[in-house]
Amino acid sequence: MKTLYDKLWESHVVHAESDKPDSMVILYIDRHLVHEVTSPQAFEGLKLAGRKPWRINSILAVADHNVPTTDRSSGIKDPTSRLQVETLDQNCEELGITEFRMNDQRQGIVHVIGPEQGATLPGMTVVCGDSHTSTHGAFACLAFGIGTSEVEHVLATQCLLTKKAKSMQILVEGKLGRGVTAKDIALAIIGEIGTAGGTGYAIEFAGSAIRALSMEGRMTLCNMAIEAGARAGMIAVDETTIEYLKGRPFVPKGELWEQAVSYWRTLKSDEGAVFDRVVKLDAAQIKPQVTWGTSPEMVVSIEGKVPDPASITDPVKRHDTENALKYMGLTPNTPISEIFLDKIFIGSCTNSRIEDLREAASVLKGKHIAPNIKLALVVPGSGLVKSQAEQEGIDKIFREAGFEWREPGCSMCLAMNDDRLMPGERCASTSNRNFEGRQGPGGRTHLVSPAMAAAAAVAGHFVDVRAMNE
Amino acid sequence: MTMKKFEHCKGLVVPLDRANVDTDAIIPKQFLKSIKRSGFGQNLFDEWRYLDRGEPGMDASQRKINPDFILNQPRYQGAQILITRDNFGCGSSREHAPWALQDYGFEVIIAPSFADIFFNNCFKIGLLPIILDGKVVDKLIEEVMATSGYRLTVDLAAQTVTTPSNESYGFEIDPFRKYCLINGLDEIGLTLQHADKIRQFEEKRRETQPWLFA
Repeated sequence: MKTLYDKLWESHVVHAESDKPDSMVILYIDRHLVHEVTSPQAFEGLKLAGRKPWRINSILAVADHNVPTTDRSSGIKDPTSRLQVETLDQNCEELGITEFRMNDQRQGIVHVIGPEQGATLPGMTVVCGDSHTSTHGAFACLAFGIGTSEVEHVLATQCLLTKKAKSMQILVEGKLGRGVTAKDIALAIIGEIGTAGGTGYAIEFAGSAIRALSMEGRMTLCNMAIEAGARAGMIAVDETTIEYLKGRPFVPKGELWEQAVSYWRTLKSDEGAVFDRVVKLDAAQIKPQVTWGTSPEMVVSIEGKVPDPASITDPVKRHDTENALKYMGLTPNTPISEIFLDKIFIGSCTNSRIEDLREAASVLKGKHIAPNIKLALVVPGSGLVKSQAEQEGIDKIFREAGFEWREPGCSMCLAMNDDRLMPGERCASTSNRNFEGRQGPGGRTHLVSPAMAAAAAVAGHFVDVRAMNE
Repeated sequence: MTMKKFEHCKGLVVPLDRANVDTDAIIPKQFLKSIKRSGFGQNLFDEWRYLDRGEPGMDASQRKINPDFILNQPRYQGAQILITRDNFGCGSSREHAPWALQDYGFEVIIAPSFADIFFNNCFKIGLLPIILDGKVVDKLIEEVMATSGYRLTVDLAAQTVTTPSNESYGFEIDPFRKYCLINGLDEIGLTLQHADKIRQFEEKRRETQPWLFA
């Protein structure tokens, strides 16, 4: 009896250094996604060593971190950002790598476009020089982030030197309440096990609440596995997976499709398979979540309060809480619903897919952002998501509510382009990290779902989206 | 890329007394725009180390130093060993974080636990991450703070960390990683020694899952 992780792992082992379960192995990589920030040094290293990419067809490249989300007709203004994007263009052109360039409608955040194109398929190993590669595990892939030296390693050998992780099953049973989303499940899990709770593990999400999620929701959840410390998160194949993949550009057609689907249906943990750790959550108990600190584990529900360091006995934790509150400019015991905001960001590889935009738009319809909100941004995950939303009239709802409707990219999730917070500014963000300075030096980030971000935009402060929808 | 060889280090220790130090803090995003592998050391912990806002290309000698940040204290200048708390290196996979630590002069990072991707990235460049028990780390941090010029001796072959008073603590390391570090090996070259096996694997995969190669 095997777990899904066992199956994915064993089907990719080329060579093992020893028979031991924790042996270093050479693991075959099926799909290599590449972006501009973590690849230039890898391509350079490859060239200097006189090596060539092992299998060009396995690579799909896109620039997403540095691209402007405003008018792109005159290119990228910042010369260092421009050089990095041009370096990717050049490397891809020289080597014949498929790349969606900045003005291609298929361009977008690498973790949005992979699945959107069907370049991410069940049973694959998927890597990318980006920690949020865990996203692709939603398709029953073994997908994880790697460093630049490993990007070079995969380019040169189609393999990685790596070790098997322990397995964790996170079971979420029951029905989510209205207004509660995959993002809230992710934050509730991190609140429960901590940002290092998944370190050394590959997580499989299972249970009726997970099966009820759309592929977009599953991607949000797997995306945040890394914020729980796990390099990989994954979910078994079911009809939802197969339905999503049908007809996408990189997906097999005809007889190959039938053959693939029958294999994909085997990609689930066997009944009775044993995990190293099991965590259980009751979906019905999960409320909309809001982070208050500088780590995703510093999270409470919308009904909660900012914690009081005086009540924390562990000295390291107390010290970290004090630091976080100081950075965030928050007073202990403040109700979360009394935290006022300056900016709203809806986007990122966590929450910029069509369903996320629909969810936010349904809250915003016929409403307007509060006067204290200086800027509300919505950055679709890809050109195709953007165009789909425009066909549905979602862009109009956002614009009429006072949001700026932007071009696709990573944008203010990490603020490598011009979209950023100013020191002291407070933001409700649908992204994945609330680290110090993440959205701009001195910026203060609160992580929430798209629906909660939209509700906060209208109220000007955090508010329970469940009450708003009534 | 060949990693830096590592055998011994007898180095000055600096304590960074906080948990969950993320790679955004180790090297902020604006410095990730570089297409080079070197020069990140001057921007290590940029937002904590300087009082002004750092941008690529700034002359570090002209910047306002934060005197309160531990790395800026005179007694810790020239430190080669960083000792810190749980979950060091969490967050982004950026290898720029270990590059910055190494470029600054660090050879060893000691913590009770590390984030997986960061931990892995360190070995690729010859920076040694050592996991020691939380209580031992508590004790060592106390000793470092109490003793100016405190040095630890790290012996990779023996897998030990030794204090000035000759107390030794053993640490675990994967034998393959140890072998690569001690010899400063090129991992790509090592993997390519198995090129035939990779080709055979690929051929078999092409037969059983042809859609992956379409």
